[in-house]
Amino acid sequence: MSLRKPRVLLSILCAMVGASTGTANAVDVRVLYLERQVERPPVLSSLDAVPDDLGLAGAELGLFENTATARFLGHSYTLDTVVVGVEEDFGEAVERVLADGHRLIVAHAPADDLLALADHAEAQDALIFNGSAPDDRLRRDACRANLLHTMPSRSMLTDALTQFLVKKRWTDWLLISGEGPGDEEYADALRASAAKFNAKIVAEKVWRFDADMRRNAAQEVPVFTQGEDYDAVLVADEIGDWARYVLYNTWLPRPVAGSEGIVPVAWAPVVEQWGAAQLQKRFTDATERGMRSEDYAIWAGLRAIGEAVTRTTSADPATLRRYMLSQDFELAAFKGRKATFRTWNGQMRQPIPLVHPRALVAQAPIEGYLHRISDLDTLGQDEAETDCTAFED
Amino acid sequence: MRFLLPVLLVTLAAPAMASEAWVTNEKDDTISVIDIETLEVVKTLKTGERPRGITFSRDFNRLYICASDSDTVQVMDPETGKILHDLPSGEDPEQFVLHPNNRLLYIANEDDAITTVVDTEERKVIAQIQVGIEPEGMAVSHDGTIAVTTSETTNMAHWINTETQEIFANTLVDSRPRHAEFTADDGQLWVTSEIGGTVTVFTVEDQEEIAKITFEIKGVRPERIQPVGMRFTADGAQAVIALGPSNHIAVVDAKTFEVKEYILVGRRVWHLAFSPDGSKLFTTNGISGDVTVVDMNSLKAIKTIKVGRYPWGVAVRP
Repeated sequence: MSLRKPRVLLSILCAMVGASTGTANAVDVRVLYLERQVERPPVLSSLDAVPDDLGLAGAELGLFENTATARFLGHSYTLDTVVVGVEEDFGEAVERVLADGHRLIVAHAPADDLLALADHAEAQDALIFNGSAPDDRLRRDACRANLLHTMPSRSMLTDALTQFLVKKRWTDWLLISGEGPGDEEYADALRASAAKFNAKIVAEKVWRFDADMRRNAAQEVPVFTQGEDYDAVLVADEIGDWARYVLYNTWLPRPVAGSEGIVPVAWAPVVEQWGAAQLQKRFTDATERGMRSEDYAIWAGLRAIGEAVTRTTSADPATLRRYMLSQDFELAAFKGRKATFRTWNGQMRQPIPLVHPRALVAQAPIEGYLHRISDLDTLGQDEAETDCTAFED
Repeated sequence: MRFLLPVLLVTLAAPAMASEAWVTNEKDDTISVIDIETLEVVKTLKTGERPRGITFSRDFNRLYICASDSDTVQVMDPETGKILHDLPSGEDPEQFVLHPNNRLLYIANEDDAITTVVDTEERKVIAQIQVGIEPEGMAVSHDGTIAVTTSETTNMAHWINTETQEIFANTLVDSRPRHAEFTADDGQLWVTSEIGGTVTVFTVEDQEEIAKITFEIKGVRPERIQPVGMRFTADGAQAVIALGPSNHIAVVDAKTFEVKEYILVGRRVWHLAFSPDGSKLFTTNGISGDVTVVDMNSLKAIKTIKVGRYPWGVAVRP
């Protein structure tokens, strides 16, 4: 007798759930992965190629995870992919995808292209995720209300690194910056972080060697790094051209950090704590390569959409945006803390791993850096110092 | 002779009767066996790769071990410490629960988004149920009619009818659900959410959420409070919840859902088990590599026992 009752109950429930998930709550979510390819300058080393599916592979994993949840809720996702070649017209592609009705866009594109997309008249009711551009201006005076950022800003990265270096008391820096794309911005971010956390740049040099450093780093770099005493060498070399040859060739036996050595990243294949090993495995099984920062940030864009759709039962960009910027939103981002969005500039709050190629060195925010609200806001522009006005609702 | 015999019997019987806490060491591929009287590790046994979930058969004659990286559930004779055989388990078994019939194991296959049901006597898989991504928590009701899997990335509790081995309901919870437990009367299901930092309480009858328990520890950042393992006391009056990297466990009143006490234990506390008489609680502390013993009368930690690397699961044998 006692066993029969629940059984009856169960079958009734089965019928009810089956009915409700099928129709009443159906939400169909269309997401666009929009990539703008860029010209990559040649680099000295021929060791590492940029994967063809960088970013896209993250979108596909995010889609897979969203779909797994959607199945149980009667929701569905479709992912369209548009990749705009180096020679092709990005503006034309934007026209086309917006005319096509896309309003949820996860973008893998440089800052100027992101702004062109966000500023298009048809995109005003869209929700765009920046999954690649670290430019601080996109989070400051050039911020846009319809543009959220899952990629950390440069200042988040350099703040994270600086917290670690200062904690280690490696406060006197030799800063070497290159002349490649992004290097000046990276060096600027390092200078700002040094000022913020009380580190000191004792000497600055610009890397202008055009010799092949693979052969003569041992002769050139010691001389180049002579002079002042310093605790650490900071390198700004975003495309990965020359900084790798600085390691172990400095005049003084000092750690190298920045673009090489101890590197602050959104993600790297060596992140394995907090369940990250599972995410890495899913990614590697599908792609046969390691998951990089762009893959992660674009995955996070897809997952943020998925999480908001699940909780709001809506695919309306305005509803999703409101939810993402609310207290209720939380994304399990495999970094041991929930990821949320900053309400003043749309940047995703997230811990920053500091890595070398074989392991995680530390994860910022570093213990001891306190904040009134969340210690994650010790990384990057805080609310008080923002000059972004687009989020003032 | 007559005088000597009973004394001998007592001394001989004592070691066999001592209760033990068995702890899986995830990064050592071993089990540490702790004597509950002396609170010391009395033996260390080899297992398959990355042992995590651990549970005894109802008669305590068999031990089941999720050897996650060996993709198998191992069956051990706890008397000899010998592995008797492996069970087919699906890929990457992380946690499991033994059905009250002492025969069916419900296994969460973390990498496969599947719950596998294994008949331990026939040693075969009788069902595989598609669940959300990264299934982890497994619970079965005391009357045996319902099994629940929680999926960490899908953020759901999946309710499975054990008659048909099919899902009959899915309920959303906060981020990264880790563990589920039915109350003794099967009236409620409690689910811990690691990243959400909460415990959601459902009524089993209609799967309605009736409460959400939150935690606050003085001097600990809220993000570090991450509920993972949990157990109810035998009288059902209290729940004890492991709070991960906050390095605390919470004792919660099971009627009012109010936290009565926070107890400091080792680092990143994972799972819990009570001694047979309920007077002591054993917690596995992943990062510090030890087990904390908590006295349940005074609600104080009384001892730390060093075990292997990354202790994960714990099961007690009377």
